[in-house]
Amino acid sequence: MNSSDCLLWVLYASLLALLPTVLVAIPALPIRWKRSLGFLVTVALCLLLIVVGIHALASPALHASIPGPLTDLAWQFTLDPLSGFFLLVLGSVGFAASLHAIGYFHHGSQSKLKQVLLPYPVFVTAMVWVLLAANAYTFLVAWELMALSSTFLILVEGQDQRRQQAAYLYLLIAHIGALALFVAFALLSHGDLISNGSFQRMAQLSSSPLVANVVFGLTLLGFGAKLGLLPLHAWLPEAHPAAPSPVSALMSGAMLPIAVYGLLRIDWQILPAGAVWWGPLWLGLGLCSALFAVLYSALQTDMKRLLAYSSMENMGLILIALGLSRIFAEQNLWPLAALALIAGLFQVLNHAFFKSLLFLGSGSVLHATGTLEMSHLGGLIRSMPQTAFLALIGIFALAGLPPLNGFASEWLLLQAFLLAPSLPSGMLRAILPLAAAGVVLVTAVAAFAIVKFYGIAFLGRARSAVAKHEAGIWERASMAFLALFCVLLGVFPGRVVDSLSHITALLLHGSQIAHQSALALTPISAQRASYLPGVFLLGIALSIAVVFVLVWWRFGRSLRRAPVWSCGFAADYSAQTQDSPTGFSQPLLRIFGVSLSTLRSRQGLGNAIPVQIPDPFWKGFYLPWARAALGMAAMVSRLQHGRITSYLLYSFLTLIVLLVIFR
Amino acid sequence: MIMHSILAHSAIISPMLRFLAAWMLVLSFALLAQRRLLSLIRLLAWQGVTLAVGTALVGQLTGDPILWVSAVLTLSIKGILMPYVLHYLLRRLQVRGDVEMALNVPSTQLLGILLVVFAFSIAAPLDGYLPAATHGMLGIALAAFLLSFLMMITRRKAISQIVGFLAMDNALFFAATSATLGMPLIVELGIALDTLIGLVVIGVFFFQIRDTFDSLDLHYLEHIREDK
Repeated sequence: MNSSDCLLWVLYASLLALLPTVLVAIPALPIRWKRSLGFLVTVALCLLLIVVGIHALASPALHASIPGPLTDLAWQFTLDPLSGFFLLVLGSVGFAASLHAIGYFHHGSQSKLKQVLLPYPVFVTAMVWVLLAANAYTFLVAWELMALSSTFLILVEGQDQRRQQAAYLYLLIAHIGALALFVAFALLSHGDLISNGSFQRMAQLSSSPLVANVVFGLTLLGFGAKLGLLPLHAWLPEAHPAAPSPVSALMSGAMLPIAVYGLLRIDWQILPAGAVWWGPLWLGLGLCSALFAVLYSALQTDMKRLLAYSSMENMGLILIALGLSRIFAEQNLWPLAALALIAGLFQVLNHAFFKSLLFLGSGSVLHATGTLEMSHLGGLIRSMPQTAFLALIGIFALAGLPPLNGFASEWLLLQAFLLAPSLPSGMLRAILPLAAAGVVLVTAVAAFAIVKFYGIAFLGRARSAVAKHEAGIWERASMAFLALFCVLLGVFPGRVVDSLSHITALLLHGSQIAHQSALALTPISAQRASYLPGVFLLGIALSIAVVFVLVWWRFGRSLRRAPVWSCGFAADYSAQTQDSPTGFSQPLLRIFGVSLSTLRSRQGLGNAIPVQIPDPFWKGFYLPWARAALGMAAMVSRLQHGRITSYLLYSFLTLIVLLVIFR
Repeated sequence: MIMHSILAHSAIISPMLRFLAAWMLVLSFALLAQRRLLSLIRLLAWQGVTLAVGTALVGQLTGDPILWVSAVLTLSIKGILMPYVLHYLLRRLQVRGDVEMALNVPSTQLLGILLVVFAFSIAAPLDGYLPAATHGMLGIALAAFLLSFLMMITRRKAISQIVGFLAMDNALFFAATSATLGMPLIVELGIALDTLIGLVVIGVFFFQIRDTFDSLDLHYLEHIREDK
């Protein structure tokens, strides 16, 4: 492949990937073919994205322009290291999710397959275009396409009221965000999207500080809505569980980071000069968001809702890293800014892998058991041993345990925080350690939440839902791919950090951090701190081997199953006596319960007491807005009598008034 | 050449055009006052004929043969075809009797006079841009337009509303031909086609409304609206 043709290749491939939308409409094709072909096309596109993404990370930017339907507005595309990196993320998640989808939709009917295969390729292609877009027009069209197609994907699994509400909420918030972006682009291009619409041109135009601040606020609103930033997060825990698992994986692993891409592209590249408070604002919002999300994630009893809140928490962490990088960049501490930015980008990559792995895993659980409600599950490790093992790797990565990838990025972020004393501002020097403590709290609670996820669903004994079968071969293959990279990225973080320096060079005026060796991670200097994941891996492997051998040698090789010791009482220990998901997180609820309004309902003695923790933002933020909107609509509807003569009267009076004004 | 012919004919033709314009306004007032559906359609047909004659006169004035074609088309469509279709609809739908009015006739007429004054005050400054032969025409056209609009507002039966709509179209047409000395034939044809299609759609609609509500009274349509 000629390197300069990379971009065109991706564009043509992304168009070709829309083929399944036509394919499903052919009645003669057997359903099995449609399913495999339909998703394999996306698999192929995603493989190409991975290749091109890796290639683009170290290559100069490529440009392409395709004439559009409107004469003055061409489709413009650019492939540079930044978009290359996010293409790589999208490709990896898309590859696994599409493989998984072949197995996931195995039992679906023809009509369900149609419902998936129409929007699914569009969704992937739209994300590719968003990442490659080089002018506002292309970006916004692709952005809208992404929102619309994913809305339809949320409704694939059924159209009950809850899903419809989730889809509606998602679409609403996505559109509010898109509107903010539209205004931001209009401001950036000085109101002329036709001649100043390209990102390159926008970066050359200078904006007054006021305009820059407004654009910053608008993009924060627009991308924050997609990112699940604090007041705009409500769609996230609703939409993710409603969508089919491969789609949840794509939404969480690939679509949320696209908002990060947008922030980097627009607030970083196009708006170079920023106010001092931008970085701290990102950091603060990210921290609040992460703390809120991680707490709620630990309290959930639905597997995918838990993961959805955890995605929100990860996006918060990423925004913290970006904010920190911005703070450093503001003080011209470029290497530190590069370090924080790399930590954030690394987290994007890691999150894509472990979160999609867990989403796909819960999809397989849903298939095998028919439920995702943790109070019904349990003991899946026996009926689905391979899925359980793969999910375990994802758990370790998410919890940030050493040899895996989650640890590497969180460690980098904390290293960046530890360098805060080099800042000149005393205020920031004092606040940043607090923020670092907040980050540590977030990662700790995240580990708690994910232990609950695994412990309740996979360990112990089955509560009421029993897994009927192990996940299919496609599903296991996709999860194995993701798990493998969770390990590889964790063991060779130096390589990742090295390739990410191209992006920091692009965004931070050529500043990079020191070249890393393959096995060790030394962000600043070897004297200060370095991390050798290989040593951890060896140590862990050795200790496991030793313990295993010892146990084997001491207790023999046969596995003995015995009844649970019941402290001498003649009690029947059924599966219901295990810790329930609500019970598991009860201590956390006690600690933070003051700030949460809980709804308890007692369902008779002996049964579990379901505790509902409503999102405080519903009552405090969304409902007032909804009431205001409905009130305004009611006021307008007073004009609507349904009488034709009064409608005519309105236009007549309007005409007269206009004639008087513009005479 | 054209200038010459305008000078030659304007002495005779201009007063005739003015007379037609006044006649147009009178017809508009008559439409506003008329209660009976059959007479409304007849008045509409007269408007169409007036338009056709006006177009022909302008054609004579400017020496543009296209305007003669336009005059013939106007006569056949607006003077004959549309009134005939409306008449046919009236018979098929068996609508009879008076048109109910939301406002009584004298107040409507008074409002109409006010509208004419208003229209003239709006159009007067524009006369400077127009040929001398057509001074004041734009005001009349605008007045006729507003009067037709008022008629649509004050009527309740569907047929009288469509008559008002067509009268509005006539007024626009009058503004285009008489006040500004003709417009391109293609535009004219386009408008005529639009109106025809509108008429067909509305005709189909009439039958639907009658089948649903057993009446053509539009206040039944108010039930369709969404409840609060």
